[in-house]
Amino acid sequence: MSIKQTIRRYVLENFLFTDDESALKDDDSFLAGGIIDSTGVLEIMLFVEETFDIKVEDEEMLPENLDSIANLVAFVQRKQAVAA
Amino acid sequence: MCGISGIAALSARTQISEPDVRRMLPALRHRGPDGSGVYLDPNGRIGLGHTRLSIIDLAGGAQPMANEDRTIRVSFNGEIFNYIELREILLKAGHRFSTHSDTEVIVHAYEQYGDDFVQHLNGQFAIALWDANRQRLLLVRDRVGILPLFYTRQGERLLFASKIKALLPLLSEAPRISPATLDQIFTFWSPHSPNTLFEGIFEVSPGHRLVLENGQVRESVYWDWCFPEQGEYLTGSDAELTEQLYELLADATRIRLRADVPVGAYLSGGLDSSALVALIRRHSAAPLKTFSIGFEEKSLDESVFQQQLVEHLGVEHRRVFCHNRDIAEDFPATVFHAETAILRTAPTPMRRLSGLVRASGYKVVLTGEGADEALGGYDLFKEAKIRQFWARNPRSEWRPLLLKALYPYLETAGAQAKTYLRNFYGIGLDHPDQPGFSHLTRWFTTAQCKVFFSPELSAALREDAAAQLTGQLPPAFGRWHPFNRAQYLEAKTLLGGYLLCSQGDRMLMANSVEGRFPFLDHRVIEFANRLHPRLKMRALNEKFLLKRAMAAHLPREILERHKQPYRAPDIPAFFSAQPPAYVDDLLSEEKLGRYGYFDAKKVGFLLNKARRGSVIAYKDNMALVGILSTQLCHNHFIERFSQTISEMSATSR
Repeated sequence: MSIKQTIRRYVLENFLFTDDESALKDDDSFLAGGIIDSTGVLEIMLFVEETFDIKVEDEEMLPENLDSIANLVAFVQRKQAVAA
Repeated sequence: MCGISGIAALSARTQISEPDVRRMLPALRHRGPDGSGVYLDPNGRIGLGHTRLSIIDLAGGAQPMANEDRTIRVSFNGEIFNYIELREILLKAGHRFSTHSDTEVIVHAYEQYGDDFVQHLNGQFAIALWDANRQRLLLVRDRVGILPLFYTRQGERLLFASKIKALLPLLSEAPRISPATLDQIFTFWSPHSPNTLFEGIFEVSPGHRLVLENGQVRESVYWDWCFPEQGEYLTGSDAELTEQLYELLADATRIRLRADVPVGAYLSGGLDSSALVALIRRHSAAPLKTFSIGFEEKSLDESVFQQQLVEHLGVEHRRVFCHNRDIAEDFPATVFHAETAILRTAPTPMRRLSGLVRASGYKVVLTGEGADEALGGYDLFKEAKIRQFWARNPRSEWRPLLLKALYPYLETAGAQAKTYLRNFYGIGLDHPDQPGFSHLTRWFTTAQCKVFFSPELSAALREDAAAQLTGQLPPAFGRWHPFNRAQYLEAKTLLGGYLLCSQGDRMLMANSVEGRFPFLDHRVIEFANRLHPRLKMRALNEKFLLKRAMAAHLPREILERHKQPYRAPDIPAFFSAQPPAYVDDLLSEEKLGRYGYFDAKKVGFLLNKARRGSVIAYKDNMALVGILSTQLCHNHFIERFSQTISEMSATSR
């Protein structure tokens, strides 16, 4: 599974409780859509750290990095590129 | 404390039979294990039932009770704490008493004052009163909803009882769960009174009375929380008002120590129960026993503070320890006693606690509920205050940051916190005057649990629960101070619909223990309602005047302690180890599909998350407990309708 598929599936199943792909667009804001709350941010971080073997720094906890499927995918890719 | 029940004829050709009246009693046995009685009207117009827990006038208080000429019959559950004073007044007015019980005071007070007798009562009560001369039934419930009273119409009969379960044996078929009430529970955490979980079964709302006369039922309000509309708050210096509050609380506590059996107290380690125990110690020389709950999860456990108080106040203390697995195993019985769906497991340890009280030889405890509502203690009130302050300058960057002081977990959201604050706590900021403003964040978060509703359940919902509630507020509501509006909403949703029933009376009565609530003495509430909001919450310092009133009597650590809401583990109680078999069974695709309230696939994803142990979010916890308790209600009261009835009658023999 690609990074995007993995992340999409996680967010769909764990925050929208569905496998309906049309329930979430790649650039939908998690926060503005009420999809995740502040504890949800923590759940997502734990997930990306464990799944993709990266470490999210405090100053990286920004909407630009974490607040949509597209932002998360780009963020994980950047982190993996730096680590490689 | 007791259980009451009855059947009234709604038409001339209906006759009430004694066996039917008796069929209601088994379900009320643990409310009144010490005896039972039945009265049947000679003309078959009405039958009254009663099960008794003896607390005052152990020898003379048998019920249903009559007046001298036997034209008035009363079945009464509760306590009239000012019965001594009322008795004096009624004696002077020429009434003759044959017992020393508080029930007889009700009979004569009705003769003296008519329906308004209830205004003279200081207490907690559910009363059924038959006036044979006027062929008229009166059902009355206490002002804030401490004691229960349910009713339903079945053919040409009106059935009423302290428990929904007592109505079941007379129904022709199992009741149905009301979609509208599920919507309310999954919004407010409680049904919107007079609704119950079941269609067609209602409660007499707190502060209401119901009159049945000539086949017609009329309902009226005799008391409600009300607040100054034009700034007519109590005047007087802070010192004077502090003194007045202390005196009122002392008297409210004093009259609640009246009993012919020993009285204990709950001691959580928070301000309210500590204040109460300090008041009891100052106004009673009797040795005092206190009771509390301990949790294995450190963040929920308050043992350190409890111990500190035990030493400071010199009480004899007992604690019941609650493991996660205890909560999971006890939860079906909790729901059976609560008779409704709940979004928290927190009632379960309360039932263990009342079990400890009973096992220690006590039938009565004083407890601190109501202080947060009346005197301004909840974090939600602080949150609403900050959001009001923010709404005055919505572009401000730092105003919403005040919320971080309230919810430390916001720090975990890092730099996202600002966006989150704006998106979540900014809800309704453009209309801070709307009636539900203070509760929007709670209602919005809770309503997200409705994502699990099945398409059929969602389709059955007509009107938005919040819109319906805010559409039925008293006309003066909009003229009250925003702080008072928040108090009112809290009293009408969580206090009456959850704390005093599911988490209060039902868990106490499951072990035949009576709770008494000095902070809910109506004199205390009426006084508190006229205090300016700044005396309830100064800046963000909650229960300001109560702290001042108790300053000389409690350790500073308790007065300055950050308020910790009472909570029990929710999802971790079920999933930190292998859950009990009923959990997998009731949440199976088959049962979810057959009962029909929830979307089995979505619940499946939630279950996966719970089993992985990765659930952190508040709303996921509420959703799972809400779904499980709804399934349990269906199982207890609908699927096993006939078995439940026969089991109740078998165990009471």
